Amino acid sequence: MRPGKLIPAVFGLLAVSFLLLPLLVILPLAFTSSLFLIYPIPSFSLRWFDVLVTNPVWRAAIVNSLIIGIGTTILSTVLGGLASLGLREKLRFVSAPLSTLFLLPMVVPAVVLGVGLQILYARFGLSSTYLGMIIAHTVIAIPLVMVSVTNSLQGMDSRLELAAASLGAGPAATLLHVTLPLAMPGILTGAVLAFAVSLDEVVLNIFLAGPGQRTIARQMFAELRDNISPAIAAAAFLFIAGTIVLMALVLLMRRRVGGTAS
Amino acid sequence: MADFHIRLDGVTKTYGSLRVVDNLRLDIIRGEFLSLLGPSGSGKTTILMMLAGFQDASEGTIYVDGNMINDIPSHKRNMGVVFQSYALFPHMSVAQNVAFPLKMRGFGRSDIRERVERALDMVQLSTMKDRKPSQLSGGQQQRVALARALVFEPGVVLMDEPLGALDKQLREQMQLDIRELHARLGLTIVFVTHDQSEALTMSDRIAVFNKGRIEQIDTPRMIYDHPATRFVAEFIGETNLMEGEIAGREGDEAMVRLSDGCMMRVRARDGLERGAKVLVTIRPEKVELSDPPAAANSFPVTVSDTIYQGDHFRVQLQGAGQRFIARRDRRAAEWPQGARLHATFAADDCWVIAP
Repeated sequence: MRPGKLIPAVFGLLAVSFLLLPLLVILPLAFTSSLFLIYPIPSFSLRWFDVLVTNPVWRAAIVNSLIIGIGTTILSTVLGGLASLGLREKLRFVSAPLSTLFLLPMVVPAVVLGVGLQILYARFGLSSTYLGMIIAHTVIAIPLVMVSVTNSLQGMDSRLELAAASLGAGPAATLLHVTLPLAMPGILTGAVLAFAVSLDEVVLNIFLAGPGQRTIARQMFAELRDNISPAIAAAAFLFIAGTIVLMALVLLMRRRVGGTAS
Repeated sequence: MADFHIRLDGVTKTYGSLRVVDNLRLDIIRGEFLSLLGPSGSGKTTILMMLAGFQDASEGTIYVDGNMINDIPSHKRNMGVVFQSYALFPHMSVAQNVAFPLKMRGFGRSDIRERVERALDMVQLSTMKDRKPSQLSGGQQQRVALARALVFEPGVVLMDEPLGALDKQLREQMQLDIRELHARLGLTIVFVTHDQSEALTMSDRIAVFNKGRIEQIDTPRMIYDHPATRFVAEFIGETNLMEGEIAGREGDEAMVRLSDGCMMRVRARDGLERGAKVLVTIRPEKVELSDPPAAANSFPVTVSDTIYQGDHFRVQLQGAGQRFIARRDRRAAEWPQGARLHATFAADDCWVIAP
């Protein structure tokens, strides 16, 4: 290989290793039979996965993560998708500020958002409720949905919608049969990102959730502070495996929907 | 009396202070093939967009069958539209694309299948019905777009430079195909193009646009042989223009004194007053070249270049204080550069327009 190709290849390999090595180090520990997070692994065992599903605290955390994650995915995909559609209308003095406003939660520190929401929720009785958690996660997930949906809408030929109208499709039919199917790759990506963000989130959960809404991430965080058990590694394994499966699903669907679009 | 299908009355479109379409009055006859021809930015596409309902007219009224349609949304106008970019739905198969307008109109399943079949037959694409648009060539995609715009039997089909993205040979084939479809189906077609030869080939009438206004609307033959303005004369085909003024009339011919003093006989038109400033136009293929001078309207010229163009020669000439172009057959090869000849303009082929 010529040096012109070798250097980027080596650099790329290093970057990928930097990202993946920490995961590769922690993941095997999920299958340890030891009580501690240490190498070498004495023997292979699924005991910590067993703990995850039998221990009521972990079990509740998994269920909570799913409830809050699915709720967040649905709410933020609907709201973020609608915002993206609406913001295609270029109204002067309205569209640009609105879109900036919607993207703001991406840059607001989670602590600030947490404190603010805590005060607000206390007033509306949303503290320590599933709904409160879902709304809080939706706030931070909407920008991700919007970016990805807007992206796929911008890549769409606007004449397709004009064509649909000329062929007799009203606004609703055009949205249903043309716009949404073509924006589907972006919508799916946005939905997966929203779910991942909700799954991953700790800070807002600390501020807003009661013991009844502890999520996996929050539980991992709590465990890390008192006893570092391999159950954390097992939870992390589920996390990563789940995310990879979701991403693979999205890729597959994108290929089916969007493969012929370009 | 002509049966007007569409009437535009005082239609204006402004963007800020720019008048893209300026107080347009245009009657479109039922069943005609009307081309809107003009350079880009002349407003022709904007007119199509207003007819389709994609853009609102700033002023004026659009009538279809005598009913005002300004406030009717696109999806209720029942007009087929064919775009330059085809605008096929990439997530649907060819058959689903063509079925789309029928589905929107609530046709039954078997009825849809039958009509789609027929429409695809019409554009010779029956074998492609299960493919996705991306698996078709440009010409095939355009034929699908055509089938989709025709399958619901709209009264009017609007075409926005539909052949612009195709290569020359395919474009010429499609021109003939569309012309034939038009004749067979008796549709009213409004066809936007900036290609004058395309407009000449396909149209019953051509409206020549310039800066948001119609310069002339007439049959291709009248537009070519008797252009109304300098813009039309120069935009459609090539032409030679000579400045002069009317020196007098003799029966159905008029005398024009050219700027260098030569006299020229031209076909007379009404309203040519003695002393009026005029432009004389003559098409390059009507310029006769000969060694000895012919009887009348002959001027000495010098050959400055002869260019081989395959089926003809393009002869550049210098004479009477200006340049001329002549289109001659193969014998022109005998004339070397610098040859002194006589150019003859038959009075019948000389057309006079206002300067």
